[in-house]
Amino acid sequence: MDRLMLDGNAVAGVLEEVFTVEMTTAIGTCGGCGATEPVGAIHVFKGAGFVLRCPHCDTALVTIVKDDARVWIGFPGMRRLLVDTSR
Amino acid sequence: MAGAAVLGRLTWLVADVVALVPETPRVKTIEFDVPGWPGHRAGQHVDVRLTAEDGYQAQRSYSIASAPDETRIELTVERLEDGEVSPYLTDELRPGDRIELRGPVGGYFVWEPSQDGPVLLVGGGSGVVPLMAMLRHRAATGSDTDMRLLFSSRGWEDVIYREELERLSGGGPQVVHTLTRSQPPGWTGYGRRIDAEMLAEVGPSAAERPNVYVCGPTPFVEAVAQALVGLGHEPGRVKTERFGPTGG
Repeated sequence: MDRLMLDGNAVAGVLEEVFTVEMTTAIGTCGGCGATEPVGAIHVFKGAGFVLRCPHCDTALVTIVKDDARVWIGFPGMRRLLVDTSR
Repeated sequence: MAGAAVLGRLTWLVADVVALVPETPRVKTIEFDVPGWPGHRAGQHVDVRLTAEDGYQAQRSYSIASAPDETRIELTVERLEDGEVSPYLTDELRPGDRIELRGPVGGYFVWEPSQDGPVLLVGGGSGVVPLMAMLRHRAATGSDTDMRLLFSSRGWEDVIYREELERLSGGGPQVVHTLTRSQPPGWTGYGRRIDAEMLAEVGPSAAERPNVYVCGPTPFVEAVAQALVGLGHEPGRVKTERFGPTGG
Protein backbone atom coordinates (compact mmCIF):
# COMPACT_ATOMS: atom_id res chain seq x y z
CA MET A 1 0.00 0.00 0.00
CA ASP A 2 1.40 3.35 -0.94
CA ARG A 3 -1.15 5.24 1.10
CA LEU A 4 -2.35 4.59 4.61
CA MET A 5 -5.92 3.37 4.38
CA LEU A 6 -8.21 3.28 7.38
CA ASP A 7 -11.97 3.60 7.58
CA GLY A 8 -14.60 6.03 8.80
CA ASN A 9 -14.16 4.91 12.40
CA ALA A 10 -10.87 6.81 12.38
CA VAL A 11 -12.62 10.15 11.86
CA ALA A 12 -15.48 9.54 14.32
CA GLY A 13 -14.11 12.10 16.77
CA VAL A 14 -13.49 14.96 14.36
CA LEU A 15 -16.87 14.45 12.64
CA GLU A 16 -18.72 14.39 15.96
CA GLU A 17 -16.81 17.50 17.00
CA VAL A 18 -18.21 19.32 13.98
CA PHE A 19 -21.67 17.80 13.57
CA THR A 20 -22.26 17.19 17.34
CA VAL A 21 -23.93 13.82 16.66
CA GLU A 22 -22.45 10.36 16.11
CA MET A 23 -21.57 10.24 12.40
CA THR A 24 -20.09 6.77 11.70
CA THR A 25 -23.62 5.36 11.46
CA ALA A 26 -24.73 8.15 9.10
CA ILE A 27 -25.42 6.79 5.61
CA GLY A 28 -23.52 8.45 2.80
CA THR A 29 -24.47 8.35 -0.87
CA CYS A 30 -21.62 8.47 -3.37
CA GLY A 31 -21.99 11.09 -6.08
CA GLY A 32 -19.87 8.95 -8.39
CA CYS A 33 -21.54 5.54 -8.37
CA GLY A 34 -24.61 6.09 -6.20
CA ALA A 35 -23.61 3.43 -3.64
CA THR A 36 -24.75 3.96 -0.06
CA GLU A 37 -22.60 3.00 2.94
CA PRO A 38 -22.37 3.92 6.62
CA VAL A 39 -19.55 6.41 7.17
CA GLY A 40 -17.81 3.77 9.32
CA ALA A 41 -17.47 1.55 6.23
CA ILE A 42 -16.06 4.28 3.98
CA HIS A 43 -12.35 4.16 3.21
CA VAL A 44 -10.26 6.88 4.82
CA PHE A 45 -6.80 7.86 3.66
CA LYS A 46 -4.65 9.71 6.10
CA GLY A 47 -2.00 12.22 5.11
CA ALA A 48 -1.76 15.82 6.22
CA GLY A 49 -5.54 15.53 6.51
CA PHE A 50 -8.10 12.87 5.73
CA VAL A 51 -9.71 11.92 2.44
CA LEU A 52 -12.84 9.74 2.63
CA ARG A 53 -13.24 7.62 -0.50
CA CYS A 54 -16.08 5.45 -1.76
CA PRO A 55 -15.17 1.77 -1.11
CA HIS A 56 -16.86 0.84 -4.40
CA CYS A 57 -15.59 3.38 -6.95
CA ASP A 58 -12.85 5.32 -5.08
CA THR A 59 -14.56 8.70 -5.60
CA ALA A 60 -13.24 11.28 -3.11
CA LEU A 61 -16.32 11.91 -0.98
CA VAL A 62 -15.12 14.15 1.83
CA THR A 63 -11.87 15.92 2.72
CA ILE A 64 -10.97 16.96 6.25
CA VAL A 65 -8.09 19.18 7.31
CA LYS A 66 -7.61 20.35 10.89
CA ASP A 67 -5.48 22.76 12.80
CA ASP A 68 -5.69 23.62 16.49
CA ALA A 69 -8.73 25.83 16.15
CA ARG A 70 -10.39 25.11 12.81
CA VAL A 71 -11.60 22.28 10.60
CA TRP A 72 -11.88 22.54 6.82
CA ILE A 73 -14.38 20.05 5.43
CA GLY A 74 -14.96 19.64 1.71
CA PHE A 75 -17.61 17.48 0.07
CA PRO A 76 -16.28 16.92 -3.45
CA GLY A 77 -18.17 13.67 -4.06
CA MET A 78 -20.75 13.12 -1.32
CA ARG A 79 -24.22 13.47 -2.80
CA ARG A 80 -26.15 13.00 0.44
CA LEU A 81 -25.67 12.21 4.12
CA LEU A 82 -28.52 10.63 6.07
CA VAL A 83 -28.00 11.44 9.74
CA ASP A 84 -29.96 9.96 12.64
CA THR A 85 -30.50 12.88 15.02
CA SER A 86 -32.69 10.95 17.46
CA ARG A 87 -29.85 9.99 19.81
CA MET B 1 -33.01 22.70 24.29
CA ALA B 2 -29.78 24.62 24.65
CA GLY B 3 -28.91 22.40 27.62
CA ALA B 4 -29.26 19.26 25.53
CA ALA B 5 -27.02 20.69 22.85
CA VAL B 6 -24.32 21.43 25.39
CA LEU B 7 -24.62 17.93 26.87
CA GLY B 8 -24.28 16.38 23.43
CA ARG B 9 -21.09 18.22 22.69
CA LEU B 10 -17.92 16.14 22.59
CA THR B 11 -15.66 17.63 25.25
CA TRP B 12 -12.18 16.83 26.54
CA LEU B 13 -12.20 15.17 29.95
CA VAL B 14 -9.37 14.70 32.41
CA ALA B 15 -8.56 11.03 32.99
CA ASP B 16 -6.59 9.83 36.03
CA VAL B 17 -4.35 6.82 35.55
CA VAL B 18 -5.30 4.21 38.12
CA ALA B 19 -3.25 1.19 37.08
CA LEU B 20 -1.07 -0.18 34.31
CA VAL B 21 -1.02 -3.88 33.51
CA PRO B 22 1.43 -5.47 31.07
CA GLU B 23 -0.37 -7.79 28.64
CA THR B 24 2.53 -8.83 26.40
CA PRO B 25 6.08 -7.49 25.99
CA ARG B 26 4.74 -4.77 23.65
CA VAL B 27 1.23 -4.20 24.95
CA LYS B 28 -0.10 -2.62 28.14
CA THR B 29 -3.56 -2.05 29.53
CA ILE B 30 -4.09 1.33 31.18
CA GLU B 31 -6.97 1.75 33.57
CA PHE B 32 -8.39 5.27 33.90
CA ASP B 33 -10.82 6.91 36.23
CA VAL B 34 -12.70 9.53 34.22
CA PRO B 35 -14.90 11.87 36.27
CA GLY B 36 -17.91 12.77 34.14
CA TRP B 37 -17.54 9.72 31.86
CA PRO B 38 -20.94 9.33 30.17
CA GLY B 39 -20.67 5.56 29.65
CA HIS B 40 -19.96 3.72 26.44
CA ARG B 41 -21.01 0.83 24.20
CA ALA B 42 -18.86 -2.20 23.36
CA GLY B 43 -16.69 -1.37 20.37
CA GLN B 44 -16.50 2.40 20.80
CA HIS B 45 -13.25 4.29 21.19
CA VAL B 46 -11.79 7.45 22.65
CA ASP B 47 -9.56 10.18 21.31
CA VAL B 48 -6.52 10.68 23.51
CA ARG B 49 -4.72 14.04 23.53
CA LEU B 50 -1.25 14.66 24.90
CA THR B 51 0.11 18.16 25.36
CA ALA B 52 3.84 18.79 25.67
CA GLU B 53 5.29 21.53 27.87
CA ASP B 54 5.79 23.74 24.81
CA GLY B 55 2.11 23.37 23.90
CA TYR B 56 2.62 20.85 21.09
CA GLN B 57 -0.33 18.47 20.94
CA ALA B 58 -0.65 14.96 19.58
CA GLN B 59 -3.95 13.11 19.27
CA ARG B 60 -4.72 9.42 18.66
CA SER B 61 -7.76 7.17 18.75
CA TYR B 62 -7.84 4.04 20.93
CA SER B 63 -10.51 1.40 21.32
CA ILE B 64 -12.01 0.91 24.76
CA ALA B 65 -11.21 -2.56 26.13
CA SER B 66 -13.48 -2.61 29.16
CA ALA B 67 -17.14 -3.58 29.25
CA PRO B 68 -19.66 -0.74 29.20
CA ASP B 69 -21.01 -1.42 32.66
CA GLU B 70 -17.83 -0.34 34.37
CA THR B 71 -17.35 3.16 35.72
CA ARG B 72 -13.68 3.13 34.87
CA ILE B 73 -12.39 2.63 31.37
CA GLU B 74 -9.47 0.59 30.16
CA LEU B 75 -7.42 1.16 27.05
CA THR B 76 -5.04 -1.49 25.76
CA VAL B 77 -2.18 0.09 23.85
CA GLU B 78 0.45 -1.50 21.64
CA ARG B 79 3.81 0.23 21.71
CA LEU B 80 4.84 1.28 18.21
CA GLU B 81 8.61 1.75 18.02
CA ASP B 82 8.58 5.01 16.08
CA GLY B 83 5.28 6.18 17.53
CA GLU B 84 4.73 9.60 19.02
CA VAL B 85 2.00 8.74 21.51
CA SER B 86 2.03 5.01 22.27
CA PRO B 87 5.59 4.84 23.77
CA TYR B 88 4.58 7.62 26.15
CA LEU B 89 1.40 5.78 27.16
CA THR B 90 3.10 2.40 27.62
CA ASP B 91 6.46 3.48 29.08
CA GLU B 92 6.09 6.85 30.79
CA LEU B 93 2.63 6.92 32.35
CA ARG B 94 2.40 6.12 36.07
CA PRO B 95 -0.58 5.76 38.40
CA GLY B 96 -1.71 9.23 39.43
CA ASP B 97 -0.75 10.81 36.09
CA ARG B 98 -3.42 12.59 34.11
CA ILE B 99 -4.14 12.75 30.40
CA GLU B 100 -6.96 14.23 28.35
CA LEU B 101 -9.45 12.13 26.46
CA ARG B 102 -12.83 12.57 24.84
CA GLY B 103 -15.54 10.13 23.96
CA PRO B 104 -16.95 7.70 23.60
CA VAL B 105 -16.83 8.09 19.83
CA GLY B 106 -18.06 5.83 17.05
CA GLY B 107 -21.25 3.84 16.75
CA TYR B 108 -20.76 1.77 13.64
CA PHE B 109 -18.42 -0.88 15.08
CA VAL B 110 -20.60 -1.60 18.10
CA TRP B 111 -22.26 -4.73 19.45
CA GLU B 112 -25.35 -4.75 21.69
CA PRO B 113 -26.64 -7.88 23.46
CA SER B 114 -30.10 -7.05 22.08
CA GLN B 115 -28.92 -7.68 18.51
CA ASP B 116 -30.30 -10.84 16.91
CA GLY B 117 -28.05 -13.57 15.63
CA PRO B 118 -24.73 -15.20 16.41
CA VAL B 119 -21.55 -13.16 16.47
CA LEU B 120 -18.19 -13.87 14.88
CA LEU B 121 -15.28 -11.74 16.08
CA VAL B 122 -12.09 -11.80 14.04
CA GLY B 123 -9.09 -10.00 15.48
CA GLY B 124 -5.49 -9.48 14.43
CA GLY B 125 -3.01 -8.47 17.15
CA SER B 126 -4.22 -5.45 19.10
CA GLY B 127 -7.30 -5.45 16.87
CA VAL B 128 -8.69 -7.73 19.56
CA VAL B 129 -9.25 -4.75 21.90
CA PRO B 130 -12.76 -3.64 20.82
CA LEU B 131 -13.70 -7.32 20.40
CA MET B 132 -12.65 -7.92 24.01
CA ALA B 133 -15.07 -5.19 25.09
CA MET B 134 -17.81 -7.18 23.31
CA LEU B 135 -16.77 -10.48 24.96
CA ARG B 136 -16.64 -8.80 28.37
CA HIS B 137 -20.01 -7.14 27.75
CA ARG B 138 -21.51 -10.51 26.84
CA ALA B 139 -20.16 -12.01 30.08
CA ALA B 140 -21.20 -9.06 32.24
CA THR B 141 -24.76 -9.04 30.95
CA GLY B 142 -25.22 -12.82 31.13
CA SER B 143 -26.06 -12.89 27.43
CA ASP B 144 -26.35 -16.32 25.82
CA THR B 145 -25.44 -15.03 22.35
CA ASP B 146 -23.37 -17.52 20.33
CA MET B 147 -20.14 -15.52 20.19
CA ARG B 148 -16.92 -16.84 18.70
CA LEU B 149 -13.50 -15.21 18.52
CA LEU B 150 -10.92 -16.12 15.91
CA PHE B 151 -7.74 -14.39 17.07
CA SER B 152 -4.54 -14.14 15.06
CA SER B 153 -1.29 -13.44 16.93
CA ARG B 154 2.35 -13.84 15.96
CA GLY B 155 3.24 -16.22 18.78
CA TRP B 156 1.86 -17.51 22.08
CA GLU B 157 3.68 -14.83 24.08
CA ASP B 158 2.07 -12.15 21.87
CA VAL B 159 -1.49 -13.23 22.65
CA ILE B 160 -3.18 -10.27 24.36
CA TYR B 161 -5.60 -11.16 27.22
CA ARG B 162 -4.46 -14.80 27.00
CA GLU B 163 -5.52 -15.90 30.47
CA GLU B 164 -8.76 -13.95 30.54
CA LEU B 165 -9.72 -15.39 27.15
CA GLU B 166 -9.18 -18.88 28.55
CA ARG B 167 -11.41 -18.06 31.51
CA LEU B 168 -14.09 -16.43 29.33
CA SER B 169 -14.17 -19.36 26.93
CA GLY B 170 -15.25 -21.56 29.85
CA GLY B 171 -18.45 -19.52 30.03
CA GLY B 172 -19.65 -20.06 26.49
CA PRO B 173 -17.78 -18.07 23.89
CA GLN B 174 -15.57 -20.15 21.64
CA VAL B 175 -12.02 -18.77 21.42
CA VAL B 176 -9.80 -20.04 18.61
CA HIS B 177 -6.20 -18.92 18.22
CA THR B 178 -3.98 -18.95 15.20
CA LEU B 179 -0.27 -18.29 15.69
CA THR B 180 1.21 -17.07 12.44
CA ARG B 181 4.95 -16.89 13.10
CA SER B 182 5.88 -19.27 15.89
CA GLN B 183 4.04 -21.99 17.75
CA PRO B 184 4.96 -23.47 21.14
CA PRO B 185 6.04 -27.13 21.28
CA GLY B 186 3.06 -29.43 21.02
CA TRP B 187 0.80 -26.72 19.53
CA THR B 188 -2.17 -28.35 17.86
CA GLY B 189 -4.05 -25.19 16.87
CA TYR B 190 -3.87 -23.17 13.68
CA GLY B 191 -0.45 -21.91 12.62
CA ARG B 192 -1.17 -19.81 9.56
CA ARG B 193 -2.80 -16.57 8.51
CA ILE B 194 -6.57 -16.51 8.60
CA ASP B 195 -8.08 -17.77 5.34
CA ALA B 196 -11.49 -18.78 4.01
CA GLU B 197 -11.07 -22.41 5.09
CA MET B 198 -10.34 -21.37 8.69
CA LEU B 199 -13.25 -18.91 8.75
CA ALA B 200 -15.57 -21.65 7.46
CA GLU B 201 -14.37 -24.05 10.17
CA VAL B 202 -14.64 -21.59 13.06
CA GLY B 203 -17.49 -19.28 12.23
CA PRO B 204 -21.20 -19.64 12.00
CA SER B 205 -22.00 -20.20 8.33
CA ALA B 206 -23.27 -17.39 6.15
CA ALA B 207 -26.68 -19.10 6.24
CA GLU B 208 -26.85 -18.43 10.00
CA ARG B 209 -26.44 -14.72 9.21
CA PRO B 210 -23.93 -13.88 11.94
CA ASN B 211 -22.96 -10.34 12.82
CA VAL B 212 -19.26 -10.26 12.01
CA TYR B 213 -16.75 -7.81 13.46
CA VAL B 214 -13.25 -7.70 12.00
CA CYS B 215 -10.54 -5.52 13.53
CA GLY B 216 -6.83 -5.39 12.86
CA PRO B 217 -4.20 -3.86 10.62
CA THR B 218 -5.57 -2.79 7.23
CA PRO B 219 -4.12 -5.70 5.15
CA PHE B 220 -5.49 -8.18 7.72
CA VAL B 221 -8.95 -6.64 7.60
CA GLU B 222 -8.95 -6.54 3.80
CA ALA B 223 -8.00 -10.22 3.53
CA VAL B 224 -10.50 -11.41 6.15
CA ALA B 225 -13.39 -9.31 4.83
CA GLN B 226 -12.75 -10.51 1.28
CA ALA B 227 -12.69 -14.16 2.42
CA LEU B 228 -15.92 -13.70 4.39
CA VAL B 229 -17.76 -12.17 1.44
CA GLY B 230 -16.38 -15.02 -0.70
CA LEU B 231 -18.00 -17.45 1.77
CA GLY B 232 -21.33 -15.77 1.15
CA HIS B 233 -21.57 -13.42 4.15
CA GLU B 234 -23.56 -10.29 3.36
CA PRO B 235 -21.13 -7.35 3.12
CA GLY B 236 -23.50 -5.27 5.27
CA ARG B 237 -23.18 -7.75 8.14
CA VAL B 238 -19.38 -7.70 8.06
CA LYS B 239 -18.30 -4.66 10.04
CA THR B 240 -14.67 -3.71 9.87
CA GLU B 241 -12.34 -1.44 11.76
CA ARG B 242 -8.89 -0.90 10.33
CA PHE B 243 -5.92 0.52 12.08
CA GLY B 244 -2.70 1.34 10.42
CA PRO B 245 0.74 2.12 11.68
CA THR B 246 -0.76 5.55 12.29
CA GLY B 247 2.35 6.94 13.87
CA GLY B 248 0.74 5.68 17.15
